[in-house]
Amino acid sequence: MSRITKEEVKHVANLARLEMDEAEVEKFTTQLDDIISMAEQLNELDTENIEPTTHVLDLKNVLREDKVQPWLSREEALKNAPDQENGQVKVPSIFE
Amino acid sequence: MFDKSISELHSLLHKKELSVSELVQTSFDRIHTVDEKVKAFMTLNEEGAMQAAKALDGKLGTEEARGLLFGLPVGVKDNIVTKGLRTTASSQLLSNFEPLHNATVVERLNAAETITVGKLNMDEFAMGSSNENSGYFGTRNPWNTDYVPGGSSGGSAASVAAGEVFFSLGSDTGGSIRQPAAFCGVVGLKPTYGLVSRFGLIAFASSLDQIGAITNTVEDNAYLLQSIAGHDKMDSTSANVDVPDYLSSLTGDVKGLRIAVPKEYLAEGVDEDVKNSVLQSLKKLEELGATWDEVSLPHSKYAVATYYLLSSSEASANLARFDGVRYGVRAEAENLLDLYKKTRSEGFGDEVKRRIMLGTFALSSGYYDAYYKKAQKVRTLIKNDFEKVFEDYDVIIGPTTPTPAFKVGEKIDNPLTMYANDILTIPVNLAGVPAISVPCGLSNGLPVGLQIIGKHFDEKTVYRVAHAFEQATDHHKAKPEL
Repeated sequence: MSRITKEEVKHVANLARLEMDEAEVEKFTTQLDDIISMAEQLNELDTENIEPTTHVLDLKNVLREDKVQPWLSREEALKNAPDQENGQVKVPSIFE
Repeated sequence: MFDKSISELHSLLHKKELSVSELVQTSFDRIHTVDEKVKAFMTLNEEGAMQAAKALDGKLGTEEARGLLFGLPVGVKDNIVTKGLRTTASSQLLSNFEPLHNATVVERLNAAETITVGKLNMDEFAMGSSNENSGYFGTRNPWNTDYVPGGSSGGSAASVAAGEVFFSLGSDTGGSIRQPAAFCGVVGLKPTYGLVSRFGLIAFASSLDQIGAITNTVEDNAYLLQSIAGHDKMDSTSANVDVPDYLSSLTGDVKGLRIAVPKEYLAEGVDEDVKNSVLQSLKKLEELGATWDEVSLPHSKYAVATYYLLSSSEASANLARFDGVRYGVRAEAENLLDLYKKTRSEGFGDEVKRRIMLGTFALSSGYYDAYYKKAQKVRTLIKNDFEKVFEDYDVIIGPTTPTPAFKVGEKIDNPLTMYANDILTIPVNLAGVPAISVPCGLSNGLPVGLQIIGKHFDEKTVYRVAHAFEQATDHHKAKPEL
């Protein structure tokens, strides 16, 4: 039984902001299905009373003083920007 | 020259028998001779490095040149940001990216006055085990260029094995330092999670990533860790622990050491030569006064699935930042949504897309509990396996990889076969413990790696065992012919 459909792959691609043609959708559907089948192996384990591990170290909240510090200049911050105007990053229109 | 250790090089510089410029030039000469075949370097910093070397030459013979790493050339994996020096993470999306700051590890090496000769090729965003997923070109194994160097820190391991640099920095999320170190016959340590700052490491899976060094010897590795370890306020997951003196642990003494050997690590699927090399190594450690028992890490077989769910989920979030807005190569588009999609689709390679897709799926509504949360729970079971064994043993030993290096092209078409290659390194990252790979033999002319795993923040014991083994054998002296 297929665990993931082509429609789901298209939905996930959209969530991940990836564009795919039909051939790619086909390929990813098969490959993701294989990987997810392997992942289902975890269902053999009873984890009802097991706490999830998000982090291996026993870290508490790490806070710093809220103090203004020097950081990059505007010019530096824009150095890698593909497009800019008036000292700001420029992007195409958000609304059609 | 390239069989010299850090302390030997230091002594040559100190006695002025060698200048920093000569040493750095030797490194570039070697790169220009062999990198055409090995292809370890993504970007060279020749002009900058030679300038820096000249400046350091003025300090030779003074107090300022006393540091052990002073004037030594180093290669840096291309997912560790270097100010003004192109950093691509081997992704086409970042082909023009010049970082505005240095990673903490780079700052620390700069403070020790090493010289960065260049950036090292890797699997794109550290996703891969062969360097075939680089968005540019594949690095080759210096022992046989028909074979992969391993990954994702393939360039880091190959450059040291090929004698292009004496040491390099890599990163390890599921084996990415240890596996290429094993494949290339060099020494690679993944430190305890949190010991080395991740600030400036382009994030793949934040709860697993660690930076570490790849070197020719265990002693060199300890020198490197000594320089880069320690708390960093710029990394909120950095552990606030004292950094011990690693060098003092290199005593050669392993008498009374209790070694655990997981039966799962020598099970079916592990190559006979690899198995024999590991058993020979255990015999050597026995001769030195250690004892070993077979133990079980019963959840080992679930580690690969757990790892791919968790690391891909974290990656799908971490890589959301690559949208073509503030940096990177932006695709032409009519509107913002299109810009995101086109930039990412054109900039990312297939493996990166596959993992982002898997991660997005595992985190998406309706699947989160079944996949992501389930994997987090199994991670607890895997971590508990290690803790239980460490109640009775000092270290866990097994192979680093089930097989020696494989041929270029052999596994690239089947992601699952490729993933299975990391079965013995992945559990270590899930548990957050430290582990080293040291050379322990050859199989058909290709190196085999011995993996020594320690308790959280017990790098000292890991180094002690690795060093004792290395000094009692000649495996680390074998070098590839190029």
